[in-house]
Amino acid sequence: MTVTPTPAPVGTSTVLALRGVSKRFGAVQALKNIELDVRAGEVLALVGDNGAGKSTLVKTIAGVYTADDGTMTFDGKDVRVGSPAEAQQLGIATVFQDLALCDNLDVVANLYLGRELRKGKVLDEVEMERSSWELLRQLSAKIPSVRIPVASLSGGQRQTVAIARSLLGQPKVVMLDEPTAALGVAQTAEVLNLVERLRERGLAVILISHNMADVMAVADRVAVLRLGRNNGVFTVSETKTQDIIAAITGATDNAVSERAARRTREEGTAS
Amino acid sequence: MTLHGSETRPQDTPRPAGNGNGAAAELPADLQDERLIASHGIGGAVSAFTARLRSGDLGSVPVVVGLVIIWAVFQIANSSFLSSRNLVNLTLQTTSVGVIAIGIVLVLLLGEIDLSVGSVSGLSAAVLGVTFVNQDWPLALSLLAGVALGLVIGLFYGALYTRFGVPSFVITLAGLLGFLGLQLLVLGKEGSLNLPFDSALVGFATRSFLSPALAYGLVAVVVAVYVLTRLRGRGARVAAGLSAAPNSVIAVKAGALAVVLLVPVIILNGDRGVSSMFLLFLGLVVATDFAIRRTRWGRSVVAVGGNVEAARRAGINVRMIYLSVFAACSTFAAVGGLLAAARLVAVNQSSGGADTNLNAIAAAVIGGTSLFGGRGSAYSALLGALVIMSISNGLALLSLDSSVRYMVTAGVLLIAVTIDSLSRRSRQAHGRA
Repeated sequence: MTVTPTPAPVGTSTVLALRGVSKRFGAVQALKNIELDVRAGEVLALVGDNGAGKSTLVKTIAGVYTADDGTMTFDGKDVRVGSPAEAQQLGIATVFQDLALCDNLDVVANLYLGRELRKGKVLDEVEMERSSWELLRQLSAKIPSVRIPVASLSGGQRQTVAIARSLLGQPKVVMLDEPTAALGVAQTAEVLNLVERLRERGLAVILISHNMADVMAVADRVAVLRLGRNNGVFTVSETKTQDIIAAITGATDNAVSERAARRTREEGTAS
Repeated sequence: MTLHGSETRPQDTPRPAGNGNGAAAELPADLQDERLIASHGIGGAVSAFTARLRSGDLGSVPVVVGLVIIWAVFQIANSSFLSSRNLVNLTLQTTSVGVIAIGIVLVLLLGEIDLSVGSVSGLSAAVLGVTFVNQDWPLALSLLAGVALGLVIGLFYGALYTRFGVPSFVITLAGLLGFLGLQLLVLGKEGSLNLPFDSALVGFATRSFLSPALAYGLVAVVVAVYVLTRLRGRGARVAAGLSAAPNSVIAVKAGALAVVLLVPVIILNGDRGVSSMFLLFLGLVVATDFAIRRTRWGRSVVAVGGNVEAARRAGINVRMIYLSVFAACSTFAAVGGLLAAARLVAVNQSSGGADTNLNAIAAAVIGGTSLFGGRGSAYSALLGALVIMSISNGLALLSLDSSVRYMVTAGVLLIAVTIDSLSRRSRQAHGRA
């Protein structure tokens, strides 16, 4: 089955565009001719099965890997990203799955780690604490106190801190690598709210997730990767979950969609 | 940046005090979350402190309790233990081990170890002795040579660690042996040198004490500076819309600080007074504490000790941090060695040998610096060194020999490490690890 990508809604500006990006690891073609457009003020979900190349693509955009081929356009200019620091300077922030927080430091110290505000040579704790609260309030983040060690926060709160930290550099694109993977129901909702708030701020959000419910709940568009290639871009409001799953797995007659179809039939007969 | 929170806040945080926005506006920014347990004034400060203790964030409480017990036991066993004369001796004995322990605190903060501080202190003392006594170098140059040697050794350790990833345990174990050998080589055949008794260095370490007036004046200055910085900090926090400690809490803390400083000074002034060398040690402790807590470098050290990968991704130059901390540790060890030589008025083959090494490491751990990295304070060098040297001093007063001293010190060290491990577990259970 072939999937026809739905035309993108007009009127939003493209922040980040990839054209023909390829990446090889030895004999493995991890990415092949990837095309991707990310627009300001939208959440683009990046989905695909294990080994589809999601992480490779994210790391390529984040500057961890350099692409073998293809071009990347950021804000209308061709760019080459050689290191994570360069990506951050451009305005591409990434929150990796392990969050990279220092458990022994408090929230303020973690938010400003590596870019502490100073008065002369001395840390300006007061200003850091004040602007931490300002930032967390803007995100409506529920952190009880910024002076407790990060270790005492829940998984969702830690995710919030990591996302808030990525915003301190005033990025235009934020990539979230499976932000809800280890979270409970309420915390997942908290993080999804946060993702929506990033979109309200006009940021482009790239959301990597295996959870189709989350994707359908928060994403505007879904880009599907399959075996290192593009396998369609869908507008969420006009697409059924099954179509996306079909694009992920590469077929309609597979175990997942059969189960889903059977469930729907059973529910239909039961009611 | 626009504020989106304001529309959602009333529903998000239902406050018992009626109108959500109004209540939020009255409270400081850091006290608005309704889950926070309110604590006000002195009672609040006390209850927050006990809550922290219960969660396993013990800080320096165990070592202070231990010190009180040790002093009480020795005082009961020998009434001259807490005499002015003996306490002055104790401050003199504590200094060199304490200075070395400051460096150990720094490497422990990174979760690393330096086993060679004893050898490095002995080597720097030997260099001082040979250059100053045998070669007739000016004193300042000899001292500089000793300190610079420590710095170079530390940089060498740091380079080995960051370039080749050799565990610090092994690097410094090699240093322990190697620099002991070098010390013996430097000292040559006789193996023992007496420093001239009338030199400025020996005078500083053995005969230089603050006059009572100066000591009291210093206490007054320290307390005044403390109060002023706290008031200024309070003003800045209020101006930024954050909660601040009320004046009553600042007053109580300043009073406690005054007592903690005044009582020892009064007792020490009963004999020779506050030693200049001990004052230098206290100054180094305060400076290191400031560097750890209030500078970007110190914040980076604690971050690297907590999570290297996170620190690296936050853009911290992790190599530089390791290099600087190993260098600082060996430099403190060298300074400690010079002070020990000055106090004993001699350098010999056993300088920095025997138990210097383990005393310094034990002092840092007993003082409450975690062996697991990322948690500790410069003050643990002071408190831990006082514990170690109190044991040694007290047992000497009771005419008990080294056999008992080693065993008692070992017991205290074991207790300290057990408390560290237990409190770490408790912190994890209470989510403060």
